[in-house]
Amino acid sequence: MDTKRTTFNNRLLPYLLLAPQLAITLVFFIWPAAQAVKSSFEREDPFGFSTVFVGLTHYRQLIEDPNYLDALWRTAVFAVSVTILSMMLGLAFAAAVNRVTRSARIYTTLLVWPYAVAPVVAGVLWWFLFNTSTGLLPFFLERVGIRWDHDLNGTHAMILIIIAAAWKQISYNFLFFLAGLQSVPQSLIEAAAIDGSGPVRRFFTISLPLLSPTTFFLFIINVNYTMFDTFPIVDATTGGGPAQATTTLVYKVYQDGYVGLNIGSSSAQSVLLMLIVMLLTFVQFRFVERRVQY
Amino acid sequence: MAGIHISEVSKVYTGGVKAVSSVSIDIADGEFIVLVGPSGCGKSTLLRMVAGLEAISAGEVKIAGRVVNEVEPAERDIAMVFQNYALYPHMTVYNNLAYGLKNRGTPKAEIDARVAEAARMLEITQYLERKPRALSGGQRQRVAMGRAIVRKPAAFLFDEPLSNLDAKLRVSMRGEIKRLQRRLGTTSIYVTHDQLEAMTLADRLVVLNGGEIEQIGAPLEVYHAPASTFVASFIGSPAMNLVRGELHGDKLAIGPAMISLNGFAPTSGAVTVGVRAEDLRIARDDEEALPFRLEYTEELGAQRLIHGTVGDQQITAAVSPEIALSAEMRIAVDAKRLHFFSLDTGKRLPGNVPAEAKLAPVEPVL
Repeated sequence: MDTKRTTFNNRLLPYLLLAPQLAITLVFFIWPAAQAVKSSFEREDPFGFSTVFVGLTHYRQLIEDPNYLDALWRTAVFAVSVTILSMMLGLAFAAAVNRVTRSARIYTTLLVWPYAVAPVVAGVLWWFLFNTSTGLLPFFLERVGIRWDHDLNGTHAMILIIIAAAWKQISYNFLFFLAGLQSVPQSLIEAAAIDGSGPVRRFFTISLPLLSPTTFFLFIINVNYTMFDTFPIVDATTGGGPAQATTTLVYKVYQDGYVGLNIGSSSAQSVLLMLIVMLLTFVQFRFVERRVQY
Repeated sequence: MAGIHISEVSKVYTGGVKAVSSVSIDIADGEFIVLVGPSGCGKSTLLRMVAGLEAISAGEVKIAGRVVNEVEPAERDIAMVFQNYALYPHMTVYNNLAYGLKNRGTPKAEIDARVAEAARMLEITQYLERKPRALSGGQRQRVAMGRAIVRKPAAFLFDEPLSNLDAKLRVSMRGEIKRLQRRLGTTSIYVTHDQLEAMTLADRLVVLNGGEIEQIGAPLEVYHAPASTFVASFIGSPAMNLVRGELHGDKLAIGPAMISLNGFAPTSGAVTVGVRAEDLRIARDDEEALPFRLEYTEELGAQRLIHGTVGDQQITAAVSPEIALSAEMRIAVDAKRLHFFSLDTGKRLPGNVPAEAKLAPVEPVL
């Protein structure tokens, strides 16, 4: 506790130093969010001359709208698939890298690269790979009897965005899992080895349970990622189609608001999306977190 | 139950660092061997090679007559107690104890019985459903011991198991380890840097320095006849006084003083002379003595350590607290209590093992 400490007596200084960040947060996050809540209760005419307060009309319409409920279901499928796929692969890569000693740094660097790729670019990249006429993967899939066509086949389109979104997130999960695995004390692994537990068994009975806080953290982060941050990937690959097969909640917010110009409904959707994520996070903390402590 | 035979074992790390060089130890069935030495002397490396956690660069390790160089740790029939206990934090005490048995496909009823027995022996029965983090240091230590016991292995390997405990607990756990080992009769190898722990626990101790064995022997043998200046200064507290001296016939010159040896001189010329603090005493007026200049004292209760110089050399003597002290004193030692070491090699010069080394062995009380 004897770290040197400089004290400033000016009471304004701390606020001044925080001001830039607070200003950015206020202008770009809090204010638009408040606007969204406000406009979700309003209806605006097409030219923006008048707004009418309509109360919960937008919300009521949404929960009765089969299109919206479909999007909700699709988002659930999308979120669960991306989370499971990216976490399992991230863990597998981390376990593999954790076993090598000399070349671990090189693998780590290479595996982290995809995270630096912009989501749109990631989407386009997979879109190229899966391109029906020029892509590499459909060529091989054809040989095993699968006619790949994400422009017409909704399932194919969904698989495409799941792969693209998961691919980008593997890096992130990999890093956290690797850090988690490296913090498992070596002596525990040795004790387990002496206790007659082979490498695979050690991984599942010692390392994996000790990773549970990391797993829990990543689970929440990944669900939030797929709910909010996957818009560019959907937009760059399928554009929500075919026949809305890949219109997730966040994409529908954009489509109804910016393309359909139904600002009120779009705002209501974004508020609902936020509530859904808050609810999920709450549930996860309430019921899952207490099982990850040891 | 089995003996362990370590022959000519070496460990060379990539880069050529030699951690252990050609160490040979024959450990009898049921024997308690303590590997002791300063940090970096290779004692832990040697233990880990026996455990199978470290590859053996050269030589051979036999457990129960079987060469285990290429055998996996799990197949060596050993159990290890780690310095940081290495308890599985996400498992209850019961599961910590049962883990090794479950992995080996032991029937549930037998696991229950063995865990219950070990828990009773270590008095941790009421903690079986707790997780390790809800236990105190001493309790964790017991669980770590329990995990070793339940397996009924051929040998226990202890890697500084008490160094994370406070001083008082260390003394009582030390006693318990000894008692338990006597009761189970399991061959044990125990690594420590604490010479007191080594002295109190060992049937035989192995003093290591720089990856090589300095001396193997029963604690009192090592204490009373250290094989080298290293052992002399490492075993025993306070450390043995080591001073330069010169032998002239039957006389020993230390600094300004000259004392006669009554035929105990092993050689002649310059030597290192060793003498235990408790073998020094305040001289009577009529005997040959060393002039001692007092610098400071340390009170140990039963004894008082007096630190000072003879000539220009540091000497520590242990005397009774009742004796009056003065700045200039004369201290004496029986010639047969002196140890002589070669000035060049530091090795003990033979021919003068003190009579006290031939003490009657203490029969283990069960």
